[in-house]
Amino acid sequence: MYKEVKGSIPTDSEVILGILNNSDSVLKRLYVAYFPMVLQLIINNNGTPDDAKDIYQEAIIILYNKVKAGDFELSSKLKTFLYSVCRRLWLKRLNQMARYGGDIRDFQEYSPVDDEVERQNDMDIQFNKMGAALQLLGEPCKTIMEDFYINNRSMQEICERFGYTNADNAKTQKYKCLQRLKKLFFQQK
Amino acid sequence: MNDSKLLEEIERYLNGEMRPDERKQFELLRKGDTAINNKIAEHEEFAKILKQYGDRLALETRLNAIHDEIDVHTLTEELMIHPSRIVSLWRNHHSKISVAASIAIFAILSTLFITGNLSNQESKYIQLRREVGILKQKTETLKAAQGIKAPVRATDRFRGTGFAITSNGLIATNYHVVNGADSVYVQNGAGKSFKAKVLYTEPENDIAILKIVDTSFRNLGAIPYTFKKSESDLAESVYTYGYPQDSPVFNEGRVTSAVGLNGDSLDYQISIPINAGDSGSPLIDSKGNIVGVVQGKQTQLEGVHFAVKSSYLINAIQNIPVDSINKKVALNTKNTLGNLNTVQQVKKLKNYVFMVKVYDK
Repeated sequence: MYKEVKGSIPTDSEVILGILNNSDSVLKRLYVAYFPMVLQLIINNNGTPDDAKDIYQEAIIILYNKVKAGDFELSSKLKTFLYSVCRRLWLKRLNQMARYGGDIRDFQEYSPVDDEVERQNDMDIQFNKMGAALQLLGEPCKTIMEDFYINNRSMQEICERFGYTNADNAKTQKYKCLQRLKKLFFQQK
Repeated sequence: MNDSKLLEEIERYLNGEMRPDERKQFELLRKGDTAINNKIAEHEEFAKILKQYGDRLALETRLNAIHDEIDVHTLTEELMIHPSRIVSLWRNHHSKISVAASIAIFAILSTLFITGNLSNQESKYIQLRREVGILKQKTETLKAAQGIKAPVRATDRFRGTGFAITSNGLIATNYHVVNGADSVYVQNGAGKSFKAKVLYTEPENDIAILKIVDTSFRNLGAIPYTFKKSESDLAESVYTYGYPQDSPVFNEGRVTSAVGLNGDSLDYQISIPINAGDSGSPLIDSKGNIVGVVQGKQTQLEGVHFAVKSSYLINAIQNIPVDSINKKVALNTKNTLGNLNTVQQVKKLKNYVFMVKVYDK
């Protein structure tokens, strides 16, 4: 059975506080603590270690977003939550690959987490569309968009970085880029 | 206000960069104009997705960095539940194994097919006529090459055995002995040859009836043996007398099965060591009854030989069309061998069993 890594498993409240504080070390301890559990689940149910990585990271992201959004209630143990999400995600993946024999070998207790998984799925679709739209947008628009809307850089910084002679030119360029990005984003089905 | 300017205002508004009075004014504008209101909502949503997308990418990068520090390979080895070797071999390679097996089966079948081993009858069965012509021809070619002039004459291609069924020169043998013959000669125990013709054949029962047509042929005298109509019992002592070589050979054994190859009811299986050239020999029981005609053997097994049952021979004799002979064949019913021991029986047989020599072009 799954071997606990002694001493380094963060408590559930530690994890929640750590995520809220953007703590790298807590995230790392969380990740390292429960990865073997998920790896065990996946590789013993027709999966590869790479599948385990995908599924586990998705589950961590779900947890992370839930905590960040403030709607994570510790109704069950964190471990059970992660296991349940991974289990649900893996069943879904198996179904998509038509590899699911109707039976899964379990290693932990689990609880229903369909809502979380579904919500995550909707988000993933949006993000995939956004990623594709940004790729299609091309440079320099892509970097301008990322700098302004994701990295929260000021127009002044962007202006200097791209060598625009005045802020108005930069603003016009940014406006055009945004319009194109929106168009590309909403065009996708 | 153009769109570019409006967007700037919206962004300032959403980011809380407006002064209180500007903000108040903008909110009034927003309330009064649903188009602008929609634009604000749409932009807010879009900027949020874009921001979240960026956050997601950053988080994934962090997670990947953490993941790279884990020794996944060792963990996998530890956590994998190892099914037995065979099961895991099958799980991992079942498609390859299936393909390999199919190819192997295909290869075996095609090899069998090409070598002719798939059609079972021929493969397990050798008909025991003797192929002598090839040898003789080779010898003569050799002689010719050495400048020795050999008398030009046809060589007999196959040899078998036949035995008289009437005193006037009807001889029974196997169909496969005379099949494809150009001409047929029979040679008696004294070494004298007579020309014969194939009078009647039943290929499905491997029976042929020859008739001696040579002018020098004299009546054989009363046939000493009779023909058994009923089936012989298992373990009955039987013997053969035939020409696997130039001089006659006697062999004895038992009836070992009432059916032949693959359950063929045409044949007996017999335990008599017989050889090429024995085809057509009479199979005789200790009372001097013909119980069968020696026919062939199975290739893989020693001592498994076959003989056509005498009842089929009797049928064949009765089926000879009357117009090819003067009158219906009357089989001998008086057995003069019954009271003799085997040595005396065989002595008597000598005149009635012939070497059948077959010539083809």
